[in-house]
Amino acid sequence: MSVEKIDVHYVAKLARIELTEDETEAFGKQLHDIVAYVQQLDTADISLIPESHLDDHTSGNHLRADIACPGLPCEKVLQNAPAAVDGEIVMPKIVE
Amino acid sequence: MDITTETIRSLKEKYAAEDISPAEVLDALEARIKSTEPTVQGYLRRDLGKARRKALDADTSLPLGGIPIAIKDNINEDGEYCTCASKYLENYLSPYNATVIDRLHAAGAFTYGRTNMDEFAMGSSTEYSAFQTTRNPWDQTRIPGGSSGGSAAVVGARSAIAALGSDTGGSIRQPAALCGCVGMKPSYGMVSRFGLVAFASSLDQIGSFTRTVEDNAMVLQAIAGYDPMDNTSNRRDVPDLCADIGKDIKGLRIGVPKEYFGKGIDPAVAAKVKSAIDWYQNEGAEVVDISLPHTEHAIAVYYIIATAEASSNLARFDGVRYGYRSSEAKDAMSTYFLSREEGFGAEVKRRIILGTYVLSSGYYDAYYNRAQKVRALMKQDFDRAFEQCDLVVTPTSPTVAFKSGEKLDDPLQMYLADVFTIAANAAGICGISLPCGFNSEDLPVGLQLMGPAYGEATMYQAAHAYEQAHDWWKTVPSIS
Repeated sequence: MSVEKIDVHYVAKLARIELTEDETEAFGKQLHDIVAYVQQLDTADISLIPESHLDDHTSGNHLRADIACPGLPCEKVLQNAPAAVDGEIVMPKIVE
Repeated sequence: MDITTETIRSLKEKYAAEDISPAEVLDALEARIKSTEPTVQGYLRRDLGKARRKALDADTSLPLGGIPIAIKDNINEDGEYCTCASKYLENYLSPYNATVIDRLHAAGAFTYGRTNMDEFAMGSSTEYSAFQTTRNPWDQTRIPGGSSGGSAAVVGARSAIAALGSDTGGSIRQPAALCGCVGMKPSYGMVSRFGLVAFASSLDQIGSFTRTVEDNAMVLQAIAGYDPMDNTSNRRDVPDLCADIGKDIKGLRIGVPKEYFGKGIDPAVAAKVKSAIDWYQNEGAEVVDISLPHTEHAIAVYYIIATAEASSNLARFDGVRYGYRSSEAKDAMSTYFLSREEGFGAEVKRRIILGTYVLSSGYYDAYYNRAQKVRALMKQDFDRAFEQCDLVVTPTSPTVAFKSGEKLDDPLQMYLADVFTIAANAAGICGISLPCGFNSEDLPVGLQLMGPAYGEATMYQAAHAYEQAHDWWKTVPSIS
């Protein structure tokens, strides 16, 4: 099966990553090669695997009791924020 | 004391006999680090001062009492930087401990240093670190493997007694093989992922690098077990992982899958692994020919599922709450786009974009859903194999350590380095790599043993038997 041209610019937009022209070109070729490679999966017979199958190597999701617990101390969280003032994270203005 | 030849077991015996103190071990370790690090560069940061203060009142009767352990830089440790070797997290200070760190400390271990890695654990050579180039301790012109290349290199260089790493597609076992040490990926769910920076959550597991197999079992015993903070943590009781170490391997059934000895494997690697298989047979193990027919699809399955999960997991790096923010950000969109463009390296971007592509509208069934189904077939292969044998033996890596830069421009070739290790992650089973000799250039070769989920005790038994019958693990690299 041939690989259709990947619109790297569009996919990068979905992924919220700005790419330079050079990166767009290089990734385009590399992703084409990788996608061509992974298309070998078309040869695997998956007809006996049910649509509803789960990752049965996991023991499933275990949920804790829904009890409120203390979160991380505010100052420890804010020390990693790119910008913070008065206990709040500062962002560039997002409304026009 | 020669720190290059000590093990966790030997140090514990010396502590018990009061032949040596934890402070003396730290002094010897620091001297070794000073002599090897200018060449190896496996540590991103280290601070033995804190460990020294703890050493003063260390309880050496604890399971890892007085044992220093290095940590891969994607595992959160309260108050320490946790960069994932990414510019994006260059200044990120962990606000809490990963469960494995709490457990190591409860077992008496000291944590003192953070090891280099491929950015966000994406890579097989540690060349994708944003900060430094780690070199293979056996040949400075070669890579240490990856993504946990820093941990492997410092244990291989004997400048660490043990180190933690993470293994998503072979990121512990492959660098362990290339650096001549023991590296092990536990069964999925045995070790809590809480506090491990997520890459591909259905594949990631934390495990350790050690000088010997028994040391590895001791570290795993300390960090394993159910954790309510990880919703995929397994509630099964962890057995005594050292219980079968030293027991006779007569009658053990060792499966040899034909698919792991075909084209692409370095003949010298195949010869060493076949010698190890012969050794098992001579010792009374039963060698069984088996087939894992979907092995050929392992890399394709992995690079769809892992990148899909990565594209989702790394969406949290948005330039808003923590980590890097572009100085050019002027609104919400430019904050996301520019921060991710400037903060991530090329391989991380490539994988996020690939993962976004395989999950995007119109392609989900063709790629992601199909890959999940082939993954189920791979799991069935192992289920059938473990009806015929107790363990599966293979090479860890198809080649010895390759030259720095050799595969940097061809990501697909880099991905193929993981061909023998990915299946264990896809199936959720356990796997260990241990040294099984050197090629003609004195580069180490790794032997991989894989066992069923929660089959670690038998795997350690067989690995220990081989290790102790050979001297490979005692060979120390000369580092100039």
